Amino acid sequence: MTPAATPDERSVVLEVQGLTKFFGGLRAVSDFSLTIRERELVGLIGPNGAGKTTVFNMVTGIYVPSAGSIRFKGTELAEMAPHAITQLGIARTFQNIRLFPNLTVLDNVRIAYHPHAGYGMLDAVTHSGKFNTLERELTEKAQDFLGVFRLQDRQGEIARNLPYGEQRRLEIARALAAEPQLLLLDEPAAGMNPAEVATLMELIHFIRDRFSLTILLIEHQMRVVMGICEWMSVMDFGEVIARGTPQEIQANQRVIEAYLGRGAAALAQKLREKRTHAA
Amino acid sequence: MARKVNRSSVLFFGGALLLFAVIQTLISVGILTDYYSNILRIGAVMAIVSLGLNLIYGFNGQFSLGQWGFYAIGAYAAADLTYRWSKLHTANGVTVLLMVALFVGLALWGLGRLLSRVRGLDILSAFGLYLVAVAAATYLGVRVGGTLAEPVTGLLNALPPKLASQLVFFFAVLLAGVVAAEVAYLFGLPVLTLGSDYFGIATLGFTIIVKVLLDNSDTMFGFEEMKGARGMIGIPRETTWFWVFLFLMLVVVVTRNLLHSSEGRAVISVREDEIAAKAMGIDVARYKNLAFVLGSLFAGLAGALYAHINGFLHPDNFNFIRSFDPMIIIVFGGLGSVTGTIAAAFGWAILLEGVLRLFLPAGFETWRFVVYPLLLLIMMLLRPAGLLGSFELPFLKRVLPPLKASTPGAAEAKGGPA
Repeated sequence: MTPAATPDERSVVLEVQGLTKFFGGLRAVSDFSLTIRERELVGLIGPNGAGKTTVFNMVTGIYVPSAGSIRFKGTELAEMAPHAITQLGIARTFQNIRLFPNLTVLDNVRIAYHPHAGYGMLDAVTHSGKFNTLERELTEKAQDFLGVFRLQDRQGEIARNLPYGEQRRLEIARALAAEPQLLLLDEPAAGMNPAEVATLMELIHFIRDRFSLTILLIEHQMRVVMGICEWMSVMDFGEVIARGTPQEIQANQRVIEAYLGRGAAALAQKLREKRTHAA
Repeated sequence: MARKVNRSSVLFFGGALLLFAVIQTLISVGILTDYYSNILRIGAVMAIVSLGLNLIYGFNGQFSLGQWGFYAIGAYAAADLTYRWSKLHTANGVTVLLMVALFVGLALWGLGRLLSRVRGLDILSAFGLYLVAVAAATYLGVRVGGTLAEPVTGLLNALPPKLASQLVFFFAVLLAGVVAAEVAYLFGLPVLTLGSDYFGIATLGFTIIVKVLLDNSDTMFGFEEMKGARGMIGIPRETTWFWVFLFLMLVVVVTRNLLHSSEGRAVISVREDEIAAKAMGIDVARYKNLAFVLGSLFAGLAGALYAHINGFLHPDNFNFIRSFDPMIIIVFGGLGSVTGTIAAAFGWAILLEGVLRLFLPAGFETWRFVVYPLLLLIMMLLRPAGLLGSFELPFLKRVLPPLKASTPGAAEAKGGPA
């Protein structure tokens, strides 16, 4: 099934057009465009330094784009503050896990609930009746949430003491606690062994169905994205070089060149021809 | 709604009351002489100012050397009000500062609301607008406060003189805190956008500016009674053990309640990882400002209390080098530890104001800055997490909420992937 074949009545969640970012004279991202529809699971792949994370940083407001527009459900995000973007419904994880390292697992998730806490400074300082009710609700919600990710027994653990895999899981849980509609995952499989990658892929499918999410995923391990994404965009040197289903991308000459270099790509082509002859 | 009273708060408040009563009795009976009660009061004042700094640096992660500047502002602001009442027999200080604080507060709040709707305004233009608004509000406050001075003076004169002076003192301390907080808000707007190191330098500059302004308070601003670099005398000595203890308890409870709330977690998340906090929807600028304003408010209160201990203020007390006193206290007590900060503050007062001064020769003052770094060095080598480490009194400790017997998620998780 190609994206073109999918009937496009699903509403557009994220629409990026002509996005460009300069760092001094370096063009990190140039004329990047992407349209994601509701409940899609999309991959953004490319070799190291292709500009994938820069795109994420612009969508989440950490960088201000040099040019172009980012629309989330019709709202223009360029020049919006990062926390306001998150409150609109976009959450993310980071390539190098960024938890709140000295806080407990529970507090990591409770912080993500903060914009929905519902009580102000005065209630907080006096520990008023309203505070007690809302704080208990918030805590129970956070604990239920940890339950979904099988982290409820770890709630009192200091985040930095968790094993790597659980830190990744906690980071995803924390991002989801911000109640997003669009989730951006930046290389969630980095540093994982094949078994961990398999459970991660299962987890990503699970959360998409459980929270009816739209997911954009950065990965430079082809194997991971090929397995779970409906379609993907491939970047190289800040530009989109290809777009399509996993099958299409695997056969795309430019993608193979970008990953392996021109000579190796030719070799791979030869091997493939040999195999088809044999079959 | 009936509130469940838990054991740790009963113990805490009971213990505090007992401590207060015992020391108060010892002071009343005369066992603790003025000299010792002085040390205790200084200790409590240092605890308040250090708790403020701990909020800014220990919990919010913003390295500030401005605490001593806000302490100075609080000291001089409150001293001027009580001086005017006790020596000049007018309440105009209180009414004017009350009105100025009120109008400036309203101006800051209103402008903040207004500007939050404007996108793409750069920080310096916004700061300019704030300055104009504050100047206008101050002018208005001075005018309105001036007209209120006479009726309020009459009203206070109708009260018993002792009660009236206590009332003026109480309001002076509160107003000193509020004024310090408002100055902090204004100063923090542009400066808190700087990275932590640059913020430290800027706040150091702030403390130096305040000291220089105080040196020239009589000539530049016409506050004759402050006497500039000669030092202000004749401030009523109103700060009793009761008052310092009251304000210390207030500050401790406010700090504790804040830290055990979602607002407090937002403050701490900024220290932990600013970018992650932003990505989680935390308005980082707001919470940096909140911690800075609240911490400076504590500094203002502490300064006001300090001014009324000896009845004498000198700009040299507010030299920037003293900014390191609260910094040393919170490092000793443990960054991010409330109990540790209080213990270290009293320890500091007893050690430096008391024991060392009793047993060391008169020239010891100059050796302080040899003793300090040495102690810090030893401390960093032996106990980098602070004297008490992560110990907190049960009341101040964050308790882990128990898991519900049957979490709905727990059952569901078995279906979900591990």
